[in-house]
Amino acid sequence: MSSPLCSSPSEEEILETESTDGEFTRRTFVKTAGILGAGVATGIPHIAAAETAQQAAASAPQTISVTLKVNGKSKPLTLDTRTTLLDALREHLDLTGSKKGCDHGQCGACTVILNGRRVNSCLTLAAVADGGEITTIEGLAQGDDLSPVQAAFLEHDAFQCGYCTPGQICSATALLDEQKKGTLSTVSFETGHTDNPQLTDNEIRERMSGNICRCGAYVNIVAAVRAAARSAQA
Amino acid sequence: MNPFQYQRASAPEEAIHAISARDAKFLGGGTNLIDLMKYNVEHPSTLVDINHLDLIQVTTTPGGGAMIGALVRNSDLANHEMIRHNYPLLSQGLLSGASPQLRNMATTGGNLLQRTRCYYFMDTAFPACNKRNPGSGCAALQGFNRIHAILGTSSGDSSEETACIATNPSDMNVAMAALDATVHVQGPKGKRSIRFADFHRLPGKTPQIDTNLKPDELITAVELPAPKFAKNSWYLKVRDRRSYAFALVSVAAGLEMNGNTIKSAGLALGGVAHKPWRSLEAEKSLSGATAGPEAFRKAADLAVAGAKPYEHNAFKIELAKQSIVRALTLAAHGPEGVQA
Repeated sequence: MSSPLCSSPSEEEILETESTDGEFTRRTFVKTAGILGAGVATGIPHIAAAETAQQAAASAPQTISVTLKVNGKSKPLTLDTRTTLLDALREHLDLTGSKKGCDHGQCGACTVILNGRRVNSCLTLAAVADGGEITTIEGLAQGDDLSPVQAAFLEHDAFQCGYCTPGQICSATALLDEQKKGTLSTVSFETGHTDNPQLTDNEIRERMSGNICRCGAYVNIVAAVRAAARSAQA
Repeated sequence: MNPFQYQRASAPEEAIHAISARDAKFLGGGTNLIDLMKYNVEHPSTLVDINHLDLIQVTTTPGGGAMIGALVRNSDLANHEMIRHNYPLLSQGLLSGASPQLRNMATTGGNLLQRTRCYYFMDTAFPACNKRNPGSGCAALQGFNRIHAILGTSSGDSSEETACIATNPSDMNVAMAALDATVHVQGPKGKRSIRFADFHRLPGKTPQIDTNLKPDELITAVELPAPKFAKNSWYLKVRDRRSYAFALVSVAAGLEMNGNTIKSAGLALGGVAHKPWRSLEAEKSLSGATAGPEAFRKAADLAVAGAKPYEHNAFKIELAKQSIVRALTLAAHGPEGVQA
């Protein structure tokens, strides 16, 4: 490996780490260490000891050091390898604007913009986002000046409870960039407009389909995205 | 989610070496793997992150075809100018799958390896799943099997211990099957190519194995032959909602036309089998035929021949036939030439 980023934590680190699955205790650590020691003492072949070590590693938390550039600021973090980008933002950087809805890439509440592209942060490991530039809902406004999409959502009352709204707004922000680049959707094929398709309401609906709103504010969401698209063109 | 080691590979050889660790998995876009790890369906000891490998090019081959790097993202592939122009069937198929966010993440190689969305496979509360837990049975056989397979299943002629009626959920795969793609892979002993029709498996007696890719092999590229269906193709996806849902039935249809006569055809179905269901018989029957309802219905009957329904999915047989006729009609005449 060119970059062996993954390392087994020391005993102290393990004991300090709050167990996420509730299974790792001091007792299991001592037991594992004992087995490894016994393996060496009784002359079990090296490869067997290595395999045991591998199995022990597979049941112990693994950590990784990453740097996330979030809303323009570099954030070095040491995380459990299992940490998703969403959990890193919410639990480690206190950026709770991005929401955990389904946690399975089905609702879009966790949508953030990673290296200029909208992604589901709940299915993105923080380890994979290492070095990446991330824009969350907290990074869209310039001081007190809302972004055009944020302003349009307010203007058009494009929400009720607001839980899905940060994801909707991040998604719509990326959508406008994608449209400027002439990207297609299935609607573009169905309407025969595969050369720089315009953002008709049906195009907006299709392109926003990765963001679910349980309040059903879709009519106003489409209106807000339509307005933001027009103000971006003006 | 179980704890795992995370490693980053910078070259294919390095990735292939790392994958030899017990229960190691490659990590691409992660849209399927991380999801299944959260459900504890997948529990790798090591994730080998291949996102830094230089497999992100889409190039034209000397023969006029396309070579697609395994790490080209679904959204980039769908919008790639040459792909849009030469293989609109692939663009349309890709854009029919998932959501914009997921397509930004998902890779070409990863999409090939997408696992089934059978409810019983994805929910470990059900002990019986021959795909997840070989020999345990198939909960879908007597369960709610509305989304399940009607073709190529292993329930009739095999025992409960090997039965599987799961479907391959990918849209990209269906388009690539109709386009007669080839998958390029690399393993510890070197490189080899797998014809698309041989890449995915029928369940047979080993439904836990989705593809003929070996565990220590890395997908490096997908190759498409020179385009034949650039002018006349259609990807039709029928599902329970307008967008962002898996197919009940999907059809990838490509026609090479000479006037109103079909020179050659590519036809594959999704949502009906354990693999993308390409029908060579249907393609053959279309060759030389006049484009129209008669030839299209004949092709539809051939493509779905031998279909076997289960309690809740008998509707798929006629749905598949009508979808084939509609997709072929749209391929021949375009969306303007077909009434809604």
